[in-house]
Amino acid sequence: MSSPENPPPEGSSRRTFLTQLTTLGAGVVAAPALLAKPAPRTVVAERVLPVGYVPPGALDVTLRLNGASRTFKLEPRTTLLDALRESAGLCGTKKGCDHGQCGACTVHLDGKRVLSCLTLAIAAQGREITTIEGLAKGDQLHPMQQAFIECDGFQCGFCTPGQIMSATACVKEGHAKNDEEIREWMSGNLCRCGAYPGILDAVKLGAKTKSA
Amino acid sequence: MSSPFAYEAVKTEADALRVQGGSPSTMYLAGGTTLIDLWKLGALQPLKVVDINAIPLARIEVSASGAATLGAMARMSDAAAHEELAERFPVVTESLLLAASPQIRNMASLGGNLLQRPRSWTYRNPDPTLPEAPGRTDAIFGLSAKTQAPHPSDFAVALTALDASIRLRRGAGERLVRVSDFFRIPGDDPLRLTTMLPGELITAIELPPMLWARGSTYVKIRDRTSYQFALVSVAAVLRLEDGVVKDARIAAGGVGTKPWRLPLVEAALADQPADEAAFAAAAALCREGAKTHAFNAAKPELLERTIVRACLVAASRGA
Repeated sequence: MSSPENPPPEGSSRRTFLTQLTTLGAGVVAAPALLAKPAPRTVVAERVLPVGYVPPGALDVTLRLNGASRTFKLEPRTTLLDALRESAGLCGTKKGCDHGQCGACTVHLDGKRVLSCLTLAIAAQGREITTIEGLAKGDQLHPMQQAFIECDGFQCGFCTPGQIMSATACVKEGHAKNDEEIREWMSGNLCRCGAYPGILDAVKLGAKTKSA
Repeated sequence: MSSPFAYEAVKTEADALRVQGGSPSTMYLAGGTTLIDLWKLGALQPLKVVDINAIPLARIEVSASGAATLGAMARMSDAAAHEELAERFPVVTESLLLAASPQIRNMASLGGNLLQRPRSWTYRNPDPTLPEAPGRTDAIFGLSAKTQAPHPSDFAVALTALDASIRLRRGAGERLVRVSDFFRIPGDDPLRLTTMLPGELITAIELPPMLWARGSTYVKIRDRTSYQFALVSVAAVLRLEDGVVKDARIAAGGVGTKPWRLPLVEAALADQPADEAAFAAAAALCREGAKTHAFNAAKPELLERTIVRACLVAASRGA
């Protein structure tokens, strides 16, 4: 945990730790392939592209991400979801079904909740994109994030960023007046753990404590 | 990753039509909820995508006569939130609100909604000729050996009941097509779901001046409470005089390979009292021509009961 008294080591975070681990893993998986025999997991290693790889046909795509403009080399076919995760390093937005059925990839485009898996990054230029990383103010969590923690609004947590992005929009739209309405207007976010009672409580609490 | 494509964003109808040029491999991108989904599956393989989101076609206008023009690029959520539209055409608003999820409704355009594909294997894989096993969601009207998948759009069912028209632009020309002629029974050519011509662009949906459409509703029956396609749905519009039905429009979803109008039921409702017994007697005629198999045998009765329920709601509003 990071706190003012006990800061995390310089240049290290859970995310960079995981990235290092993944890179290490790819090397370990690739090694048996060199020893001959069909290695069942080499396909994993083949999918690792060099860092900074720019595919042919990539264009400059400028996105407004959580208030900052950033430019990436992307192919027109790159979805906003893949751009966020693979190019911008914003891995809070999750890839669940990748077909617009689960809501895990929910982000806000000009303040409205949309599915980043069905949005092309190139088509999102000029729009204000808010991801889960853009909700907290520094170390202070957004009231809806806090509400999900307090109400235990998750089990495995994979759907949670999408749930929270949807929940903040749901409250802003005025669709969180009662349980029935919250269930209906949160129905685009599936939770395979079935943590719905906690999610419902969290949205209610988040709606009550929302700050300006 | 799925096949690569080129991308061009346009700002006017004229540019869109010019860039698309009638080419089957150049596809319009509106909300993307169909195109991107099917492209990832390989069911659509555009070589070029024309982004039409900047074209100013999102206006929704309700005129004093009671007619309404819905711009093709209006989002489902914008149309659903339009208060005057909800007052005059509750069947339209309800069909939009009961469809998809809030996120998808924020993205999907009204024009694109009409062009979505059925959610069956035939339409969701690169080879539409692969055989499909019978299933419980299968349609009961407008079947062919090639497809039994019900048309997925709720909005189109409401438009069918209202006898709305679709405004299409192509080159310098424009035409207005009635919804009943816009959708086609797919028959031997499952991928041709509409009568649109190559190079045409939907610019608007026209709702006729129907002051009595206040007496309307959309009832949708699903496997789960929300965020699901219809097993059966009914759009009902009733005009009453002194407790007697003078005019009725009934269309159904989840049962036809295109949005399905039920003229026999409509005729049987006319000049009858607006009560449950009369509604039930008329609704029984919906079974005419229905073809079922072991897995979807419940659909005719489900349809019949849904018609009664929809008529009761429409009558309570139209009285």
